[in-house]
Amino acid sequence: MEDFIKNYCWLIPVLPLVGFVFNGLPTAVGIKLSRAYVYTVACGVMLLSFLMGVGVFFTLKALPETAREFTNLVWPWIHLEAIQLDIAFLIDPLSSVMILVVTGVGFLIHIYSTGYMREDKDYARFFTYLNLFCFMMLILVMGDNLMLLFVGWEGVGLCSYLLIGFWYEHKPNGVAGMKAFIVNRIGDFGFMVGMLALFWALYNTGHATLTFTKLKTVVWFLQPQTILGVSAVTMICLCLFVGATGKSAQIPLYVWLPDAMAGPTPVSALIHAATMVTAGVYMIARLNFLFTLSPAALGAVATIGAATAFIGATIGFAQNDIKKVLAYSTVSQLGYMFLALGSGAYAAGIFHLTTHAFFKACLFLGSGSVILGMHHEQDMRLMGGLKKYMPITFMTFLTATIAIAGIAPFAGFFSKDEILWQAFARAVHGPKVYYFLWALGVLGAMGTAFYMLRCVTLTFFGTLRANDKKTRELVHGPHKDHHGHHGDLVPHEQPWNVTLPLVVLALLSLVGGFLNVPYIITHFFGGHSSGLFNEWLSPVIPLQAHHEVSSLEWVLMFKSVLVAAVCMYLGYKAYTSWQTGVDRFVKKFPRIYDAVYNKYYVDEFYHAVFVRGVLLFNKCCFSVDRYIVDALVNLVGRFGAVYSDIIGWFDNFFVDGLVNGSGSITDFTGAQLKKLQTGNIQHYAYGAVLGVVVVMILKILM
Amino acid sequence: MENVTILTWITFIPMLGVILIPFLPKAWEGASKWIALVLTLPQLAIAWFIFSHFNTAEAGFQFVHGPFPWISAFNIHYLVGIDSISVSMVLLTALISFVSVVASWGINKNLKAYFALLMLLDTGMMGTFVALDFFLFYVFWELMLLPMYFLIGIWGGPRREYAAIKFFLYTLLGSVFILIVMLALYLFSEGNLFDITQLANLDNHLGRLAVTDEFNYFRFFCWLGLFVGFAIKVPMFPFHTWLPDAHVEAPTAISVILAGVLLKMGTYGMLRFNYMLFPDITADCATVVAVFGVINIVYGAFCAMAQTDLKKLIAYSSVSHMGFVLLGMSAFTTAGINGAVLQMFNHGTITAMLFILVGVIYDRAHHRDINGFGGLYTLMPRYGVWIAFAFFAALGLPGLSGFIGEALVFMGAYKTFPALTIAALSGVVLGAAYLLWTIQRAFLGPVNEKYRDLPDISVREVISLLPLGVIVLILGVYPMPMIRLINASLVSLNEIVKPFLDTAGVVAGMF
Amino acid sequence: MTITPFIIMAVILFCLGIYIVCTRVNAIGFLLGIELILNAASVNFVAFARYHENEIGGQVFTLFIIALAACESVIALAIVLGVYKNYKSINTTNISSMKH
Repeated sequence: MEDFIKNYCWLIPVLPLVGFVFNGLPTAVGIKLSRAYVYTVACGVMLLSFLMGVGVFFTLKALPETAREFTNLVWPWIHLEAIQLDIAFLIDPLSSVMILVVTGVGFLIHIYSTGYMREDKDYARFFTYLNLFCFMMLILVMGDNLMLLFVGWEGVGLCSYLLIGFWYEHKPNGVAGMKAFIVNRIGDFGFMVGMLALFWALYNTGHATLTFTKLKTVVWFLQPQTILGVSAVTMICLCLFVGATGKSAQIPLYVWLPDAMAGPTPVSALIHAATMVTAGVYMIARLNFLFTLSPAALGAVATIGAATAFIGATIGFAQNDIKKVLAYSTVSQLGYMFLALGSGAYAAGIFHLTTHAFFKACLFLGSGSVILGMHHEQDMRLMGGLKKYMPITFMTFLTATIAIAGIAPFAGFFSKDEILWQAFARAVHGPKVYYFLWALGVLGAMGTAFYMLRCVTLTFFGTLRANDKKTRELVHGPHKDHHGHHGDLVPHEQPWNVTLPLVVLALLSLVGGFLNVPYIITHFFGGHSSGLFNEWLSPVIPLQAHHEVSSLEWVLMFKSVLVAAVCMYLGYKAYTSWQTGVDRFVKKFPRIYDAVYNKYYVDEFYHAVFVRGVLLFNKCCFSVDRYIVDALVNLVGRFGAVYSDIIGWFDNFFVDGLVNGSGSITDFTGAQLKKLQTGNIQHYAYGAVLGVVVVMILKILM
Repeated sequence: MENVTILTWITFIPMLGVILIPFLPKAWEGASKWIALVLTLPQLAIAWFIFSHFNTAEAGFQFVHGPFPWISAFNIHYLVGIDSISVSMVLLTALISFVSVVASWGINKNLKAYFALLMLLDTGMMGTFVALDFFLFYVFWELMLLPMYFLIGIWGGPRREYAAIKFFLYTLLGSVFILIVMLALYLFSEGNLFDITQLANLDNHLGRLAVTDEFNYFRFFCWLGLFVGFAIKVPMFPFHTWLPDAHVEAPTAISVILAGVLLKMGTYGMLRFNYMLFPDITADCATVVAVFGVINIVYGAFCAMAQTDLKKLIAYSSVSHMGFVLLGMSAFTTAGINGAVLQMFNHGTITAMLFILVGVIYDRAHHRDINGFGGLYTLMPRYGVWIAFAFFAALGLPGLSGFIGEALVFMGAYKTFPALTIAALSGVVLGAAYLLWTIQRAFLGPVNEKYRDLPDISVREVISLLPLGVIVLILGVYPMPMIRLINASLVSLNEIVKPFLDTAGVVAGMF
Repeated sequence: MTITPFIIMAVILFCLGIYIVCTRVNAIGFLLGIELILNAASVNFVAFARYHENEIGGQVFTLFIIALAACESVIALAIVLGVYKNYKSINTTNISSMKH
């Protein structure tokens, strides 16, 4: 069994690829597949892949802690002197966690999709893309070198593009997909630069490699290296981090993620919450040995992370689209993960990634269920009171909300509190700026609790507003009555294949936190574990030295829970009994509300500056091409033509005149002489006689 | 492997078509395309034989046939052979010839002349890549020009005559420079040589052409003449404006050949002549070449973004992609130069696909205005799959062959020109922008009712795309066979130039 | 006896012959003129032969000329007859169809 896993772990990514081929090829050549075939293949390969992932996990677990790492070489990819890149899969505790998250959550979302997409005409195409995504994501987390990671990195970007624009006939969806891909490419630009710089900086030390296992042992050589006078490590880390900000939707490249909600909801759950957007976090955790060398880069990561966590949370206050709220929540939660990474607590970042995958997937799937129940209505102002109609969705959604808000003992509490504590601890022992970042994190957490409860309250509590004509006009405009509905809208609960994944994910977000109980709590109960999760990752991410147990940690922990609880209460109240107060607040400060509602006009700014700028510049370039470069070419051509005209004229009148002249003279002479030849022999005889006479006269004269 | 005739065969088999096709009776006109198709098949077979029997460890010339005296009075020989610089180009030419014949199936005007010219073009292209005698090379180089002129000028679009003349004059101008340098080399070489294998030995350069320690202006002007001659073909900024016009007017199959093979002759010529015969000047001018490469990449991408004609857009994207080749080969790293040649091959296959696909839609809708379509994917889903595949290959999606070439170019170039490489990387972002924007405008969005009845891609068109698609996919995940194939001579080429790099005034790393 | 009288006679004959050839329009007259020229030549041959010892070349030539003149007149008369058949005339100025 163990050998089988070791030799065949390439099957984990390849199985979804098989599903992709089996569904995709017939679809591409235009064969209509039956739904049963499509979902059997798609879900079947994901289940097998997940089981393989579990097998990998237990195989690793059976090994001694230091030996939990092996590489599965598939074939050599690019081998050229110093560049030695293979298609090879690295299995270690970190990738095993990621495999489980991707295949596990992926499988659940495949199940969910069979329900969610049941009426879609492009059923097969959807599962084809979804399988392809899982394949690419697994390449990303299993690749044993940075370049292979990049293959997965771009590959998931492709799938994201395809799935955001899945309903491409509606123009904004396609545009959103395009935006996602291009913004990601800007990040990838940084990633590539970082990768190149890393490779050649190492080359200068004589240890060129991009393979993670080797990198780990040689990054030390980088320390004396500089690029443009700055430490090479810092430069490399910052460049790679630019890549991460693209993929993981951090400031300043987060703008694509909210738009990405144009895709089907399972896609939002799988790609834009649970897996793909965490790729940046994974990448930095994977390269933790590199980032650790550069406190400056870590500071940048933490700053961006904390700022994103805070900004994302504030934008969440004013969104009305349920998926948009969750999107900004995702942006904000990803910010926490980066705060963790930036504080040097890589394991905490990965742990938050895992729990976030549970509760955010649950939230998105729950919102999908709501959207289905509401007949594709996404605006929360039209919801309300759904608790009654959709009890299972409500319960699971509420569980996940409590988890994300960080109430003990739900999963989010353990992971988020760990992050905040680590940031605080770093401030105590290191740069004081982390106090500020920690404060931002706490404010963000308060915001999270508030807007999530706002979301729950607006959706599930109170009474249904969808059939209220006035609200509908407010939302959809006065003239556009909601089409497709005859009579009143009655929400309904969804079938088992939609609710089952919800329940499983809700359970996971309820108990997932116990995977990593902080040292301080185990210590309180007499244990010595620093968290199962941390210990599991310790071969990849070294355990942090224990700070001594301080009462401060307890205080902060209780404070977090308390603040979260208060904010949740406020969030609930504000949209039930204090609704008028909120409205008055909005009326009083319309500027603030508008700014938040319009996401601080960042999109508008980008559009005005960058998109317009590029469009203008390309017009300039093309004008240069047409009116300068090509005009020059044409000018040269014109000059040649005119010059040859002159030469041609000269040729006609002079050179050719001479030639023709000699010809016509000959012609003329011939014509005259012709007349002498009469054909009458007597004339010739005259001539002969005349000649003789002339000769004789001459003879006599001389 | 001494004196095998295989390269002569692969070059002259299409000539059979040139001889046979004109003698077909008018009633059997349709047979000319079959003759052409049948003649490209043995070419493909020989190409496969070469691919499988090529000695990848050998840096020198292989499958050499000759030298046979041709014009003895001027020391001109018939000599053909390939090394690993040209082998990939020979494979590409065989492949593109086949594809272009299939893509020409729909031609219905003056069939006999068309296919006879196409076969002549085929011989010219193949000969250019295998010729090892400068004079022979020049003959093939010019031979290729003539059919190209007629193919654009007779079977082209509305402004075909302007485009054909522009193409012809521009390339002819380049050829003149090459001719002059060829004569200079002949006159100033030991024993008056045209033979490239002997000219490559710098000891054979005499008199004003002798390699000197200080900058030799005569050599520099010779280098420049060759460079400009080849740069026009690449086409390198600012000599690129013939390309969009030629592409827009040329029939589909000719665009395929133009982008697939002809552009590569420029960079191939640089590697073969500028690098091999003038390594010292090449070392001096490397930075300039790299700068032009980056200008090509960025400028081409911006210009592409401004286009509304689909074919023009792809033409400019070719300008952009050929910039990678220039950047890669001027870096003098193994990765860079390998990436450059790989990019030549990959660009040939990918752009050929793109032009075939544009041809497909042009045949149906009779225009190429990107904004004039909309929602084509709904109407032509199978076509949409191909277009997406080709576009993503063109924008360098990892896992497809375009990425390998670009990545190697970047890997290689960064060592020598970090700043230029970073500037070039922005071309990747721009590439994604203009290609996706095109997909968005033409293929996604609501259906344009005008084109409700467009038929989907046909089997014949798929046949022309399939070999290219398969190669793009395979080279993306398993490029090693190709890299092994091209590596040996490129490494030795780098070694030729390297000694001069140290003395070169232009310091690597400045950019 | 000197040769001069013979030569003078031959010259007179010759000049008469030339005169006839140049002036007569009638083809038969034309032929007569030619006969006179030939006879002038014959007289010269015989006369010169007389002044050379043991030489009969002149006489032989004269015999030849007589024979040739006979043949020539036969052929010429045949041509004249042919011309007459075609043109209904033996007037030389009319026979100019080969001029161009």
